[in-house]
Amino acid sequence: MNRIGSKFAALRQKGEKGLIAYITAGDPDFSSTREIVLRLEEAGVDLIELGIPFSDPTADGPVIQAASGRALAGGATPAGVISLVKSIRAESEIPLILFSYYNPIFCYGCREFAGDAAGAGADGLLVVDLPPEESRELRQFTDPLGMDFISLIAPTTGPARARKILGSASGFAYYIAVTAVTGTTRPDPESVRKDISRLRRISPVPVVAGFGISTPQDAAEIAAHADGIVVGSALVGIVEKNSRRKDLALQVASFAREIGGAIRTPPSVRG
Amino acid sequence: MKTVPDAGGHFGEFGGRYVPETLMPALIELESAYREAKKDAGFRRELNGYLRNYSGRETPLYFAGRLTRELGGARIYLKREDLNHTGSHKINNTLGQALLAKRMKKKRIIAETGAGQHGVAAATAAALLGMECRVYMGEEDIRRQSPNVFRMKILGAEVVPVAAGTATLKDAMSEALRHWVSRIRDTFYVIGSTAGPHPYPMMVRDFQSVIGRETRKQVLMIEKRLPDVLIACVGGGSNSMGFFHAFRNDAGVEMIGVEAAGKGLDTSLHAASISAGTVGVLHGSKSYVLQDGAGRIRDAHSIAAGLDYPGVGPEHSYFFSSGRARYTAVEDREAVEAFIRLCRCEGIIPALESAHALAYALRIAPGMKPDRVIVVNLSGRGDKDAEIIMKNGEDK
Repeated sequence: MNRIGSKFAALRQKGEKGLIAYITAGDPDFSSTREIVLRLEEAGVDLIELGIPFSDPTADGPVIQAASGRALAGGATPAGVISLVKSIRAESEIPLILFSYYNPIFCYGCREFAGDAAGAGADGLLVVDLPPEESRELRQFTDPLGMDFISLIAPTTGPARARKILGSASGFAYYIAVTAVTGTTRPDPESVRKDISRLRRISPVPVVAGFGISTPQDAAEIAAHADGIVVGSALVGIVEKNSRRKDLALQVASFAREIGGAIRTPPSVRG
Repeated sequence: MKTVPDAGGHFGEFGGRYVPETLMPALIELESAYREAKKDAGFRRELNGYLRNYSGRETPLYFAGRLTRELGGARIYLKREDLNHTGSHKINNTLGQALLAKRMKKKRIIAETGAGQHGVAAATAAALLGMECRVYMGEEDIRRQSPNVFRMKILGAEVVPVAAGTATLKDAMSEALRHWVSRIRDTFYVIGSTAGPHPYPMMVRDFQSVIGRETRKQVLMIEKRLPDVLIACVGGGSNSMGFFHAFRNDAGVEMIGVEAAGKGLDTSLHAASISAGTVGVLHGSKSYVLQDGAGRIRDAHSIAAGLDYPGVGPEHSYFFSSGRARYTAVEDREAVEAFIRLCRCEGIIPALESAHALAYALRIAPGMKPDRVIVVNLSGRGDKDAEIIMKNGEDK
């Protein structure tokens, strides 16, 4: 079992929900990203999604688009992100998932990318524009290395298709909580609850929800029905606002701690 | 040639569906709705009726006699797609897709546009069929193609300016895709090029292939034989693929796609994805793209907004890799010269996009024997480009 599997097993044993934090790697620079990841871990974040910046992020809203732009302007490349993984791995065992669009990986070379990412200590890959129909060309290299390939399920995904996707899921399944790009729309807790309970009944892996979760309240409400939640744009927004501050990483971590507190407080204690 | 695309939308190693999961069910639904519509005689009759009585098809195949005499070589014909309603070939596709949208009970269409020709054609089809229409257009293109912006607005479409990136066609398409994700249930995305995820490259090609079917029939009637060379400009590739497709099995017919070389292929200011790019994934399909070594899509440049795109439809990449078509590139300067020449010599103002194809014909025709036949697809008219030409000081 890799770090992702062990982490979810440990969470399940404690009866806790997982908190996954997304940040764009290289925004504002790699050393800040490294510091942010380490502080997020201290703040109780369970897994990290490191975004590889891409010039044309068609699944992202304005906040992550801007972060990708800043990271690219600062010279971030997929090779740089892999080095970042290595440097984080030197100090931390937190599960790391690389979040990417397909083109940077394809351009790097699927075989080479899989080898280098796994070698650096990445545990999983989430390629947002690589649906199951096209994913074999990458998974033929990542699966044998024990890297999880995180599958996405959307509100538009029908039951038969969801079953098929879950059939080849590894690590965890990522439920896109809104029919929108990242960070633009608040999820409707009731419809998320319905979809997630349906998915969890048939899923061989934990099911987490993400896209649009930006407040402790929403996080708590949605986490109650899932195995974990992803917070992305809200954290990236804090990076943007505080990017010149010396305590940038602490600012980001402090927000993550708030979210973590909210999803771990049993419903009976919440007001 | 074998039939492409395959069931997954692949043209050999190109094409496919590289999109977020939110879009996948919609693309699958669209594909099956399209395949059903294609088989439905009622749908075909309705579309053909509009093409004939509304858009004015078939468009003429015009023998450019003065130009041919001046060049003293091959006989040059122009397929007059500029004479379509709205002034370009784009209407062939927007009528098809808008009718399909209606059939799928979608009340709202969105589109991306570069030169504004597709945006105008989409706004026109929406007005005709009583649908809401929103067009995404880069701010740079809004500035340089303002006559088309006015036309879209007059037709009742909402034009949404896109400021991201170079504020051109690529960014407009990214923004349209993002919006589509958020309105997937009630919105039909009318893509204007043979680009994007499957089924778009196939569907747009099919709707545009009327160009080549007519041309083939017309040239056989006039010349009693097939042409030697077909020339069309290639941005995303809809006019050229529509023009080439009916000839794909005619081995003796050479097909030449002309990309935009901008300020030169040795500079970074061009839009020649096949001539100077590498294979990558952009806007949902695998094809030749302009990118740096780290997979970052590069900015394209062309004086012709409709060619100013760092990618190309996957079937063109397939034609290129299989050798069925040849691809070359023409610089801004040479396209402008061809533009002026056609105006003065034939009294036809071509779109700057189409002027790229024409420029290549001007280059090769003099070296060909007078019994050879070249057909250039004159994909659009150039009224929209008058301001660019005047500013260039080319009006003297």
